[in-house]
Amino acid sequence: MSDIVLNVSGVNKTFGGLKALTDINLKIEAGKTHAIIGPNGAGKSTLLNVCVGRLEPDSGVVDFNGTSLTGKTPYQINQLGVARVFQTPEIFPDLSILHNVMIPAFAKKEGEFSFNPLASLFGSNEVQDEAEHVLNDLGLTSHRDEHAGSLSRGDKRRLELAMCLVQHPKLLLLDEPTAGMSRHDTNRTIDILKKIKERGMTKVIIEHDMHVVFSLADYITVLAQGTIIAEGSPEEVKGNPKVQEAYLGGEHV
Amino acid sequence: MMSVPAPQKDMRMFLIFVVVVLTSPIWLAPIGAGYPQLLQAFAIFGIFAIGFNVLFGLTGYLSFGHAAFLGAGSYTAVWAFKLLSMNIIPAILFSMVIAGLFAALIGFVCLRRSGIYFSILTLAFAQMSFNLAYSVLTPITNGETGLTLEAGDARILDPVYENAAAGGLPSPNFFGLEMADFGGYAGVYVCFAVLILAFYVYLRIFRSPFGLKLLAIKSNQNRMGYTGFNTRPYLMAAFVISGIYAGLAGGLMAVTDPLAGAERMQWTESGAVVLMTILGGVGTLFGPLLGATLIEYSENIFSAVNKTELIEMFSFLGQDGAAAMASVLSLFVGEGWLLTLGALFMIVVIFLPGGMMQGISIINERFFSKKPAGDGEKPGAGKAQEV
Repeated sequence: MSDIVLNVSGVNKTFGGLKALTDINLKIEAGKTHAIIGPNGAGKSTLLNVCVGRLEPDSGVVDFNGTSLTGKTPYQINQLGVARVFQTPEIFPDLSILHNVMIPAFAKKEGEFSFNPLASLFGSNEVQDEAEHVLNDLGLTSHRDEHAGSLSRGDKRRLELAMCLVQHPKLLLLDEPTAGMSRHDTNRTIDILKKIKERGMTKVIIEHDMHVVFSLADYITVLAQGTIIAEGSPEEVKGNPKVQEAYLGGEHV
Repeated sequence: MMSVPAPQKDMRMFLIFVVVVLTSPIWLAPIGAGYPQLLQAFAIFGIFAIGFNVLFGLTGYLSFGHAAFLGAGSYTAVWAFKLLSMNIIPAILFSMVIAGLFAALIGFVCLRRSGIYFSILTLAFAQMSFNLAYSVLTPITNGETGLTLEAGDARILDPVYENAAAGGLPSPNFFGLEMADFGGYAGVYVCFAVLILAFYVYLRIFRSPFGLKLLAIKSNQNRMGYTGFNTRPYLMAAFVISGIYAGLAGGLMAVTDPLAGAERMQWTESGAVVLMTILGGVGTLFGPLLGATLIEYSENIFSAVNKTELIEMFSFLGQDGAAAMASVLSLFVGEGWLLTLGALFMIVVIFLPGGMMQGISIINERFFSKKPAGDGEKPGAGKAQEV
């Protein structure tokens, strides 16, 4: 096994009486795209939330490159190199597209807090160049000066992806990056994600769309009712009868 | 939409601003606003409002307690006059420092909450400060009488002979230039100079990455967290900066009129700065200045009119007509000028939620726009949201 970027071991999480996650063990390898699939309510988003510090696990450890993420706030986890794309786009709707991407670039460059009220934005060429480069990669350059709030839903998701990519995260978490997208936009997003893969960025992707999962994933973990019922390469998972029953079958019947 | 305004454009805009401010005694005279007291009020409340805009306009955190910092600035300045020197420099510097420390203290507690809870916490703190100043802290604030200069004050930095001179109370001065000199215009131009400096810093804040991050907090604080920013210190910095501006305004109040009373910490003062900012345009560069000017101007104009003058004004309607008109309108003038302010505020908020600056950019787009909408507006209009 190569380097483990994210190591989730023995994680439990309950909401009231509901067991959302039961004894989850997960190892994410460097440079790989790891898909987490499962029916609705399987605990996929909960697992991602535990990974980014939005939720504390009741027990168990989440370890990122040897650092425990337990008790860390979202900004601390981001500063360690974990970026996240949300299920509903979390962008800065009142700012221009360019500024939306410059802000995460500032976070990467200057850290969690820097006080420079008299520095000029005009002098931030390095950050701006970086942001423009990423916008160009994602085909958003023509929208550069528009308000992010006025973008279409598909473009908002691409913008959010740009905001994550500009930070060159060590680990990128994607929560249904193509949900609600047209087939055209979905394919475009797949192409972008494939391109990132070539750069060796580690990704965890939650997705319902099997087309997306099987075009991107190196490794698949199947969650159902808060437990891992299967894992393996796409071929292994595809052929697993348990998975077909719990998920693939369940969805088609 | 527009791209990032070029630095040269900002510089030009700033120079125009400087000229407009420095010549204001001339062009404000025809509308009855060209006298020192009112000009000082424009500058002082302008400083108060632009500082408030750093917090409210950029981060969206609405404080209802900024009068506490205004009052703290005034008390500090008067104490500086009493203990140190009648020179205005230490008074102004100390009023900023003390107000900043005070803001750090209050901000530390209040910024644990956001939205309405933050607003209520700031209001509570300001009212606490007011009551403390009014009663418990009488040794420092001189309670309801207010803090004033006395002949026996120490003034350790001033030469003794000056203290003894003239028998009367000394007046604040800038290395010998007394604020009352040149018919009060010395004080006016000191206020203008401070306003210009304060505005320059404010412009730089708006155009800095720091200002952009504050705007991002307003736009989506949650995303800021996942983007790797610890938002608390940013909010704290914005809160303290606006507190320092409020303290500076309070200090200038004492500079132009060396006394300080607890009423400066009343919630009505906090409310006034909120009104000024909203009326002019929250988050816009010039809005708060316009709002402050308009409110101070209408206070002076409308509160000075009385019923007899109204009857005279409408004498062309005949005696009964004039009397009827005057009895209706008199509700809106004199003591009742706040009714005018209320009506004005309602009209602006309902029809121009972006404040007067929105009105200006609409007029500009409609009548003066050469380029497509959004590009040809007056410097600053709407730009503030951009950067």
